[in-house]
Amino acid sequence: MRGNMFEKADIAIVGGGPAGLAAAAAACMEGIEAEKILIIERGGELGGILNQCIHNGFGLHTFKEELTGPEYAARYIEQVEEMGIPCLLNTIVTDIRADADGKKRMTVMNRTDGLFEIEAGAVILAMGCRERPRGALNIPGYRPAGIYSAGTAQHYVNIEGRMPGKEAVILGSGDIGLIMARRMTLEGAKVKLVAELMPYSGGLKRNIVQCLDDYGIPLKLSHTVVDIDGKERVKGVTIAKVDEKRRPIPGTEEYIGCDTLLLSCGLIPENELSAGMGVNLNPATSGPVVNESMETNISGVFACGNVLHVHDLVDYVSEEAANAGRHAASYIQQEAEEKRKKTQEGRLGIDGSCTVKRGMGCQEITIKAENGIRYTVPSVIRLAHMREEELIRFRTGDIYKDVSLAVRFNDTVVMRFHKKIMAPGEMEQIRLKKPKLEAFEGLREITLFIEGQ
Amino acid sequence: MAKPLFNQEENLNIEERDISAGADDVMRERKMKKYDVMIIGAGVSGSAIARELSAYDRKTAVLERASDICEGTSKANSGIVHAGYDAEPGTKKAALNLRGNTLMEKLAKQLDFPFRRNGSLVLCFEEKDRGRLEKLLEKGKKNGVEGLRILEKEELLQLEPGLSSKAAAALYAPSGGIVCPFGLTAALAENAYVNGVDFYLNTEVKAVKKTAEGYRLETADEVFFSRIVVNAAGVYADELHNMVSGKKLHITPRKGEYCLFDKTVGDSVSHTVFQLPTEYGKGVLVTPTVHGNLLVGPTAMDIEEKEGVNTTAPGLKDVLEKGGLSVRALPAGKVITSFAGLRAHEDGGDFVIGEVKDAKGFIDVAGIESPGLTCAPAIGEYVAAIVQEMMPAARKRNFVAERKGIALIAGMDNRERQEKIRENPAYANVICRCELVTEGEIMDAIHRPLGAVTLDGVKRRTRAGMGRCQAGFCSAKTVEILARELGKDIGEITKAGGGSVFLSD
Amino acid sequence: MKEKDGTKGEITELTCIRCPIGCMLSVTLYADGAVSVEGNTCSRGEEYGKKELTNPTRIVTTVVKVRNGDRPVAPVKTKGDIPKGKIGDCMKLLKKAEAEAPVRLGDVILADIAGTGVDVVATRSIKRRN
Repeated sequence: MRGNMFEKADIAIVGGGPAGLAAAAAACMEGIEAEKILIIERGGELGGILNQCIHNGFGLHTFKEELTGPEYAARYIEQVEEMGIPCLLNTIVTDIRADADGKKRMTVMNRTDGLFEIEAGAVILAMGCRERPRGALNIPGYRPAGIYSAGTAQHYVNIEGRMPGKEAVILGSGDIGLIMARRMTLEGAKVKLVAELMPYSGGLKRNIVQCLDDYGIPLKLSHTVVDIDGKERVKGVTIAKVDEKRRPIPGTEEYIGCDTLLLSCGLIPENELSAGMGVNLNPATSGPVVNESMETNISGVFACGNVLHVHDLVDYVSEEAANAGRHAASYIQQEAEEKRKKTQEGRLGIDGSCTVKRGMGCQEITIKAENGIRYTVPSVIRLAHMREEELIRFRTGDIYKDVSLAVRFNDTVVMRFHKKIMAPGEMEQIRLKKPKLEAFEGLREITLFIEGQ
Repeated sequence: MAKPLFNQEENLNIEERDISAGADDVMRERKMKKYDVMIIGAGVSGSAIARELSAYDRKTAVLERASDICEGTSKANSGIVHAGYDAEPGTKKAALNLRGNTLMEKLAKQLDFPFRRNGSLVLCFEEKDRGRLEKLLEKGKKNGVEGLRILEKEELLQLEPGLSSKAAAALYAPSGGIVCPFGLTAALAENAYVNGVDFYLNTEVKAVKKTAEGYRLETADEVFFSRIVVNAAGVYADELHNMVSGKKLHITPRKGEYCLFDKTVGDSVSHTVFQLPTEYGKGVLVTPTVHGNLLVGPTAMDIEEKEGVNTTAPGLKDVLEKGGLSVRALPAGKVITSFAGLRAHEDGGDFVIGEVKDAKGFIDVAGIESPGLTCAPAIGEYVAAIVQEMMPAARKRNFVAERKGIALIAGMDNRERQEKIRENPAYANVICRCELVTEGEIMDAIHRPLGAVTLDGVKRRTRAGMGRCQAGFCSAKTVEILARELGKDIGEITKAGGGSVFLSD
Repeated sequence: MKEKDGTKGEITELTCIRCPIGCMLSVTLYADGAVSVEGNTCSRGEEYGKKELTNPTRIVTTVVKVRNGDRPVAPVKTKGDIPKGKIGDCMKLLKKAEAEAPVRLGDVILADIAGTGVDVVATRSIKRRN
C-alpha cells in the first residue's frame, strides 16, 4: 500500500473512456512526456462504456471504417499503452481542489494503494455521463425488479452474457434504447414497443431503421409510461399518448404485458467532481462552460467528452478530447515557460509581478445560442488562443426542416446556412475562421440562431 | 444466547396433540419450535419490542413474512420524530409520543442510528387560521411538549428563510426531530438479535390457534408455539387479531405518497415544515432527511389493498403542489425518486396496544400509524412491561445495550478513510458513486447480524443506490457482490425477496 | 400496387439512412426485377433504396461464450455484411458457439457463418482466467 504517498503529474485525466484516452494521447503527441500524464479510471479496464457497446457504427469519421465499440476503444488503448502513459485502474477520485498555487490536488482511492493525493498541473475532466433514472422521470406505479436503464441491461447482456428479461417495453428512443431493442430481440426476447415522450426520436435515424424497423418493433412517438404494474417483478406497464405539453391524454391508456421496462430517457453529464471544485456549469448541457481550448473557468482545468455535453458519435468525442489534450499540454508548457522566465528575471533583479497572466487581457468573444439552438460548445472564444479554425458544436431544441442556421457577429448576420433538417438527436457543427473574427472590429458576441421557421 | 425459561422437551404438551393426527403431524409437532414470546412483524414496533424483551431471560422470537426486516410501513414514511402536539390529550398516541421523543436521543447514541433534533414548524397561511394554531399550541402544552411557541412572520422567515412568503405564522416545536426509519428499525432488530432473540424471515403466519398453554402459530411449512404472542403485524394486525378474538379490529391501509429530492436541494429548509390543514385538505410536510435529501409528502388516501404501495400520478402531483405552498421553490426537476407507504389506521383512531380481552396472552400492537415511528421506543417499553406482568423474568446480566452501525466511508474524513482501507482494501473500492459506498461497507451489510440478502437490503443498510442515479450504475455490481458473498448465482439474487429477480435466464 | 409498362410492382416504404435527413423512400419492385425509387433527394437515396429491396445486408454483432476466460463472454461481429435474411441462422449458430480463452481481437470464432462466406471474428481480447 502506498499510503500517504504523493503522486505528481503534469496532466491528470479523470476517466479512461474514449475522451480520456484521446486527450491523453493528444497531450503526449503535443510534447508532454508520457510519464507525466496520468489517467485515472474507476473501472477495471480502459475504454469506458465502449466496452459494452458491442454494436458496429463507430469510427466512420475517425478511421473511415466501421468498428464496434470495443474495437474503437482498443485502437486508443493500444496507442496510450504504446506511448507508455500510466493509468491507475479501479481508482476513484473523491475530490479535486484547485489551490492558490495553481496546482490541482485530488484525493483518490483504490484497493492496492489505499487513499492518497495526486498533485497535477492541469486536470482534464473526462468522467462521462450517466443515464436518467426512473425516479427522475417520476413514473407512477409499483417499484418491482425488472426496471433497468438501457445501459444496465446492456451490461448484463453484453458483458455478463445474461438476459434481464423475456418481454420488454422500452421507454425513450435514445440510441442505447434503440440498440438494446435490437440486442434483446436477437437474444430471443420479445420487445413489444418503444415509447417516446417527444413527437420525434432522440436517437439516430440509422438506429431507428436498423434496430426497430428491421425487427418490426413499433416506435410510439408522443407516448409515455404512466403506470408500472407488478409487486415483485414487472408484470406490465400502461402507456398513454401525450398532448403537445407532454401530458398524458386520459382515455388513451393501453396496458402492455411485459416483465421488463428499459429506460433510455437521456444522459446526464457526471459533474459532481467538477461542481465540487468550483467549475461553472451550463444548465443547458449540465456540463462545464468552456472556451475554445475546452478550458473551464478554472485555469488549467479542461473538460471533454460526455462530461462536457452528451455526444451522439464517439468520433466527435475523440476529436474534442484531443483538442482538450493539446490545450492542456500547451497550458503546462506555458506555465513552465513563465516559471523559467520568472526565475531568470528574479536573477536579473527585475520585478516580474506585472507579467500578463495567461489568457488575461485578450479579447474574449461570447458565443450565444438563441432561437431554437439549445447550447454551443465552446461558449467563449479567446481570439489570442484561437486556432485558424474552430469547430462550434451545438444541438437544436426541436426538429427544424428547411430553415436557415444563421450566425450573427454582434448585431450583424454574417453567415446563413440552409438546413434541410436539424434534429435534437443529431449534433450539429459550424466552423469559425479566425481571420473572419479578427476582421470584424469590436467583436464581442457571436450568436447562433435559427431563421425562417 | 440466554438459557430459555422454556424447556422444549419437558413442555411437549400431550394435550396439544390432536389424537386423530397422522404420523407426519406428530413429527411436525415434535419439531415444533417453542418460545415464551413470539412477536409477529419485524417492523419498527416489533423490533423495538424485541429489543426491550431481549434484556430479559425469556425465549423470544420474531416472525417476519418479508425477506428482510423493515419491509412494510416502517420503511416508507416521513422519518419524523414528532414533538407531540398533534395527538389528542389522554390518548395512547399522546403519551407514547412524548415518551418516544424523549427516549430517541439517548437511543440514537446507544444504538448508533442517524437522528437529529432539527425542530419543526406548523405553518399557518391565513390570519383566520390563527385560532387553530393557538389550539394546537394548547394541545401541545396539555400533552407536556416543552418549548412550544408561536412565531410571527418576521421571526419565522428569519429562522427558516426558505419558507414561502405566504406563511403568516407558525407553531414552533424545538423538540421535533428527524430519524432514519430504517436505521432505527435495523438498530433495534440487530440489537435484539445480538441479545438472543431469534428472527425468522420469509415466515408468514397463516393461522393463530389458541391452546391451553398459549398459541400455535402456523406458517406455510412450520408450526411454532408461544406462550405469549405480540401482534405487531402492521396493516395485517387486524387479520391476526381477528383469528383469536371475537371483538374484531379493522385496519385501513392509508396510502401516503412521497417525493424525495436530490441532496443539492436538501438544505431548502432546515426544519420539518408542516402545514395547518387547509380547505384543500390535510397538508403535506417538507423536511430535510438525516441523510441530507429533501422529502415532501405524504398524501393520505384510504385504500383496500394491503400491498398497494404503488405511487399514482394524481398523488405525486398533489405532493408537489401542496409541498410547493410551504417553500419558496420546490424544484420538481430535482426529484430523484418517489415512493408510497401504507399507514395502519385502526377505526378507533388511537393505537391499540395491550392484551386482548378475550385472548389471554395475545398482545395487540395495532393501528400504529403516525406518530408510530416516534413512539416505537416507548411502545417497546410499554409492551415489555405488559409481558413482564404476564410472565415475570429476570433481567439478563449479559445484556448488551450498545450497538454499532456500519461505519460509512462517506461520513469519514480522509484520515479515517485511510485507516479503514488499511483494515480492508475493499473500503477503497467505491461501488455507489453518488453516495460514496464501498465494497467493504456492502460486505459489512451482508455479514453483520441480520445482514442483507437482497439489493434493497444492501441499499437501506449502506445507502448504495439511494443517490441521484438511483442504482442505475451500481445495482449490477451490488448484485454481483451479494451473489459472491452469499455463494449464489446472480440470477438468484432478488431486489426484495420472493420473485423479484433481476435476470430471466 | 403500381403498374409500369403493364407490369405490376410491389411498393415498399423505407427511411433512407444515408444521411440525417432521413428521406421517406417509396421503392417499387417490379415483377421483371426492375426497381424504382421515389422520395429521395439525392443519388445515394436511390442506391440505398435499391439495395434495401434487392439485396439488403447487415453486419451482425453479438457475444459468444468463452471457456476459461476472465469474463464470461466475448463480443463478436461478422467481418462483413451478410444477407439480412441470414441474421437468424447466424444468431442460432453463435448462441451455440464457444471460444476458448485466451481470445484475441480479430480471432476467427466461426468461419463462413451460415454459408455466407463471411467469418465471425472477436472484437476484443479476453484473457485466460488465472
